[in-house]
Amino acid sequence: MAILVDKSTRVVVQGITGKEGAFHAARCKEYGTQVVGGVTPGKGGTTHEGFAVWNAVAEAVAKEGANCALIFVPPPAAADAIMEAAAAGVPLVVCITEGIPVADMVRTKHFLASTQSRLIGPNCPGVITPGQAKVGIMPGHIHKPGDVGVLSRSGTLTYEVVGQLTKRGIGQSTCVGIGGDPVNGTSFVDVLRLFNEDAGTRAIMMIGEIGGTAEEEAAAYIKTSVKKPVIGFICGQTAPPGRRMGHAGAIIAGGRGTAAEKMKALQEAGVTVVKSPAEMGATVAKVIGA
Amino acid sequence: MKIHEYQGKAILREFGVPVPSGDVADSPEQAKAIAARLGGRVVVKAQVHAGGRGKAGGVKLAEDPAGAEAAARQILGMMLKTPQTPPEGIKVLKVLVEEASPIATELYLSMTLDRGRGTHVAMASQAGGMEIEEVAASHPEKIIREWTDPALGLQAFQARNLAFGLGLSGDQFKAGVSLILNLFRAYVDKDCSLAEINPLVVTRDGRVLALDAKLNFDDNALYRHKEIVALRDINEETPLDVEASKYGLNYIKLDGNVGCMVNGAGLAMATMDIIKLAGGEPANFLDVGGGASPEQIENAFRILSSDPSVKAVFINVFGGILRVDRLAEGIIAAVKKLGLKLPVVLRAEGTNVEQGKKMLADSGLALTMADDMADGAKKAVALAKGHKP
Repeated sequence: MAILVDKSTRVVVQGITGKEGAFHAARCKEYGTQVVGGVTPGKGGTTHEGFAVWNAVAEAVAKEGANCALIFVPPPAAADAIMEAAAAGVPLVVCITEGIPVADMVRTKHFLASTQSRLIGPNCPGVITPGQAKVGIMPGHIHKPGDVGVLSRSGTLTYEVVGQLTKRGIGQSTCVGIGGDPVNGTSFVDVLRLFNEDAGTRAIMMIGEIGGTAEEEAAAYIKTSVKKPVIGFICGQTAPPGRRMGHAGAIIAGGRGTAAEKMKALQEAGVTVVKSPAEMGATVAKVIGA
Repeated sequence: MKIHEYQGKAILREFGVPVPSGDVADSPEQAKAIAARLGGRVVVKAQVHAGGRGKAGGVKLAEDPAGAEAAARQILGMMLKTPQTPPEGIKVLKVLVEEASPIATELYLSMTLDRGRGTHVAMASQAGGMEIEEVAASHPEKIIREWTDPALGLQAFQARNLAFGLGLSGDQFKAGVSLILNLFRAYVDKDCSLAEINPLVVTRDGRVLALDAKLNFDDNALYRHKEIVALRDINEETPLDVEASKYGLNYIKLDGNVGCMVNGAGLAMATMDIIKLAGGEPANFLDVGGGASPEQIENAFRILSSDPSVKAVFINVFGGILRVDRLAEGIIAAVKKLGLKLPVVLRAEGTNVEQGKKMLADSGLALTMADDMADGAKKAVALAKGHKP
């Protein structure tokens, strides 16, 4: 069991003829993911590095039964690519692209609300269910099948926790990067709900960061609804206010969104909060008795 | 991205948001000429990217052109220190000289993103001139909010709700509604992350004016706003920030002495945190990005080592897209060019880590290797303090 992606996931890669798109499509396929091909408008009917290329997502859905779109389209066209995938009825859209204008995401999120599609990201590493499907840019080899669900706003920090878990022999059910942008498709609460309902997930490791109130909302949800143990870490404990720490969403504005506030909210919701990023794996081990 | 008040007001004027008459000066003589042209009392305002200028002596009232010249002479060249500037302050290179408006009431108006709702919000309050965060904390009922439809934007009835909430009536109500709608148009057209007018004033002669203007822009949208990029003032940024932005590096200078170089924003923040937990202070935030090239690594290393407060460097990389062998290539190239004047601690994991570590070992560089994040932070902090790890 897992969430979002598994052996039956059939991925179409939007922006497959770009450098990043082609590289990662190949890495996903190597991992064992069913990559059915890609989309680059105007290059339909050709092949690119062994992948079939279509002009539109709808063609990949009709001909290959694509049920997941993985997006590497550059920022000016990325929001449009998300909407195209959703309009084509793709149930899961994963957008890796970093740097999409906020106003574009506001409109795109509104558009998605009238469709059945779920968006993961943008500006995220993607989703992996170890041993089944890798839909994203994470290094596959550091993962191990298991029963700890991982969710995070950050990419490499997710690799860090996965690395710590795998070294201790603790596997992961699914790892989800929801992305570091201020407006994204799927929230912590959405993923917590999925992990809570997933029989294959025993405990949840959640990595938040400064800025916004997504972690506080997650804490409120955990308090009322999550029955499984949750371990939390918030990065940016030493970040100064008013400066954007890389991610567009990682900024302490008007004295709100500090790590201290978020850690307190999680603690009060019964989450085991880790202070040091080096102790994430060890703390999960302690909590689940591994 | 931030711009100056005078630049913000020029944009507002373009969108039909009334602002006081005035112009920008970089010399006392110019300030005098502008004051003479405006006639009457003027305000001379320091142009720096920071709030709290009035309390810090950066805003002065002048009765006549000679007074404006004297005020500009005092303000220009001063190191303006406010709670929002670096401790040493920011040097004032320009002043805005504008007509002094006879104020009847001070109000507040702003537009920004509501992340929780995923759409834009317009906020208005009769508590103008105060820090809005303080109002929000102490008297949340004094702030009126209107959330915009993500597709349709701010509607006229919403602008009316805001204008009524501001206590405007008669001609001022009409002027207020049009000002609010025009400000929203500017906010959307220019991809602002914040458009704040504090204070918005009603003058004694009945005009509604944006007395101050703070426009911030979404960095991700700058590619479609060349006219905004042209307003960038690198005098407001630290030289290392400017240098880093040239190479697409995400760098923020901090107060400590342990320089860090990391791939990914989250891991970079976590690395700063662990340096602090190990008893040290990070000298910077530096995210070289997911797919950094050896050239970017080299430049990142050069920028870190050119900060005189850095006593040791901690490189913490979890290779995903950025492969550890490419990281090693960049470090070796940088050290060959610049020499190794500082102790460097390296912690690397992930894609091609064995190959990268072998390259570094073969290069003969005197790097201190770390087993994991905690070990690396401990060693870097010790080295920064002049101890052997």
